[in-house]
Amino acid sequence: MAMTEKTATVAVKPGEERLVSIEVVYRGIFQKTLAQRICRGVVLASRRRNYTGTAFARYGDSPERNGVPAKQFAVVAPTDLELEAGMAKYEPAVVDVSVAVDDTLVKGIESWAWYGRQPIWKPVRDNGFVLVTSNSTPDELVQQTDKAERPYTLAVVPGGASFAGLWVYKDDHTDYRVLGALARLLPDWLPIEDVKASIRESTKDEARVVSVQFGYDNVRTREVKKGEGTDAHEKLQFEKPGWTKMREGIIVEARKPGERNPFYKKYTARTLRPVVNFDTCIKCTMCWLDCPDECFEVTPSGHYEVVYEACIGCGICAQVCPVKDCIVMVDELKFTDNTDKFVLYDKQPDAYRQWFTEMTGLPAIGSDKPAATGGD
Amino acid sequence: MATIIEKGQDAVSSQIEVEALVTGCEAIAEAIRLADVDVMAAYPIRPYDGVMQAAAKLIADGKMDVEYIVADGEHSQFEIVKHACAVGARVFVGSSGVGWFYAMEAIAVTGGLRLPVVAICGNRALDDPGAFGTEHNDSLAVRDLGWLMPWAETAQESLDLALMAWRVGEDKRVSLPVAIGLDGAFLTHSQTIVKIPTQDAVNKFLPKYDLGNRLLHPDNPITIAPQVDQDWLMEIRRQNDAAMRRAQDVIREAHADFKRLFGRGGDNPFLDEYMTDDAEYVFFGQGTLALPMKVAIRRLRAQGHKVGLVRLKWFRPFPTADIVKSLLRFKAIGVIDRDYSFGSPNYGGVLYHEVRSALYSQPKRPVVLSFIAGLGGREIDQNMATQIFEKTKQAAEKGSLDQGDTCTWIGVRE
Repeated sequence: MAMTEKTATVAVKPGEERLVSIEVVYRGIFQKTLAQRICRGVVLASRRRNYTGTAFARYGDSPERNGVPAKQFAVVAPTDLELEAGMAKYEPAVVDVSVAVDDTLVKGIESWAWYGRQPIWKPVRDNGFVLVTSNSTPDELVQQTDKAERPYTLAVVPGGASFAGLWVYKDDHTDYRVLGALARLLPDWLPIEDVKASIRESTKDEARVVSVQFGYDNVRTREVKKGEGTDAHEKLQFEKPGWTKMREGIIVEARKPGERNPFYKKYTARTLRPVVNFDTCIKCTMCWLDCPDECFEVTPSGHYEVVYEACIGCGICAQVCPVKDCIVMVDELKFTDNTDKFVLYDKQPDAYRQWFTEMTGLPAIGSDKPAATGGD
Repeated sequence: MATIIEKGQDAVSSQIEVEALVTGCEAIAEAIRLADVDVMAAYPIRPYDGVMQAAAKLIADGKMDVEYIVADGEHSQFEIVKHACAVGARVFVGSSGVGWFYAMEAIAVTGGLRLPVVAICGNRALDDPGAFGTEHNDSLAVRDLGWLMPWAETAQESLDLALMAWRVGEDKRVSLPVAIGLDGAFLTHSQTIVKIPTQDAVNKFLPKYDLGNRLLHPDNPITIAPQVDQDWLMEIRRQNDAAMRRAQDVIREAHADFKRLFGRGGDNPFLDEYMTDDAEYVFFGQGTLALPMKVAIRRLRAQGHKVGLVRLKWFRPFPTADIVKSLLRFKAIGVIDRDYSFGSPNYGGVLYHEVRSALYSQPKRPVVLSFIAGLGGREIDQNMATQIFEKTKQAAEKGSLDQGDTCTWIGVRE
């Protein structure tokens, strides 16, 4: 497997505290324990050579929501004194590595703890790392990351997203592979021998040590230059007003009926996207009724199109739809836009059908029938 | 390298001091185990509830034997431990923010009854609006009610202060409840390396709880807290006052013992001074805000500024003599309050008023400035530290404040 041999060292300016910060971006609840194990693993491995550290979750992410992007951190420093610069914070302003433990997170993340969608590389320092667990290649993932404002290295450790639940943990060694990969990226801070010794001592299980080595050996890297990436993703920004501008009495404007929240859009919680086959849709209203986020809008033809900005990809619509393969859940990484395809179906039904097949891998059933309102 | 253990695991039987990567809440749970607490009452509210969870896990894992009562609300929670304490149980309790306020009636009577309940207040902004971050007004609401009030900076200090709390609070010369202030998030929910003392060492430091002839028991017929009138209450209050006055010496004793046994705790039980030896002006505050301020001091020192920090470790009893002795060495004191006292003199923070009052009777006093910062858990960053520094330095050079200069809010959007 081709690998870049380049390794990074963290520059220390005189008088500056020496510390390294790692964030783990994860799917809320489903990957909470995984993120915690990675962050604790970093600090505990650093302790092998008497470095110290802190591991914490971003306070505002809790209580976590299913799938909503959340963050945990590990900050390591040679001494307690130097660590102080990394303490009493909700999140480091700059990180050396951003770890995404689900590759759909590279499309950007909007937590409910802050305002606006952020590129996955947002806090990563110049020439820092974005490390992703994925079965895709770095080249494929770059196509979905926001256009880089500064250079970084995209690293991929092989493996799919490891999902579990609030009360359970899927012990599939993802944490050990990520720790091994981190050791490869930050050899000065996290020597592989320390990581292995730490895991060996705490688990007494050689199989886990092997997984650390696997992550170390198999991480693939690709340098991402400034300007590489996509600008197809929405730039969602939010400006916080000052106390003289805010309404008194702790009052905010409510949304009017039918209006959607322009400041919080939820869609980066999505790993799978519902795709509707408008040909086979029987207009039964079940998706529209049962969607917990009221994502479906009725079209003039009586179909139901998806407002993807509001859709978290929960899959309830696909479950309640009585027609086989009418609503299909598709890997979010396949999509570069965030708009529903009903207009395409309406104007160019055959182009729509081709698109449907390409995305879902299913035949566009009903392709011999005319579209509901279009086709003339 | 010290031995690192998984949370709460082999520490139980360990004969040597071990380390664990734990949050402030988990460090408190370790203290509960080491102190052999008999009864704890719980009711969830963030950030205190981290202790609930950590203690419950220690019990479930068979590492700790505590009567763990989940109450129907904070008022009952504090009532339960108060009564348990009266019948001879060593107790632990805690809450945060509005939960702490919901318990207020029980909190108020506990001080009056002189029952050494040990509580944590995981400091949290008061609702409304609903917010989770740290603010000290919850703890401070009990400042006049006869509770001892230490404040921690780190998870290690949380554990250490908790052990101190049972020792000092249960001492017969004191017999007062203790409310340990822990900054929400930064302290309660951040994992750091904490030294877990051995049971043997803790046993040497912490004697068995003994209420003596105040024990509520059929063999010792007493009535606690009968109705009284104006003929009695002033004397009762004066007893409380005397106990609080005695607490200072007991804290000093306990601190010296703690330092001898565990090698931690610094030189002064009440104050933690940082780079003050040649300082001309200092920052003053309590809790985790010391961390970013120390980073700022190192940066400012590198630029040649003679600035330091004095961190208060015990807000009650307020260590007036120690404060006066320390602060008279400086030209200006920038008091940073993570609290507010709307409409107070100069619109300043609570800590500011205490410091200013402590210094008032001195013939020559430093300039005392008030800063409100970090409310609702807002991070105190280096820009904010610089603003506090600049204003404090200016006051030190001038030797006074401008006419009409009142408290400065730091890091608030205009």
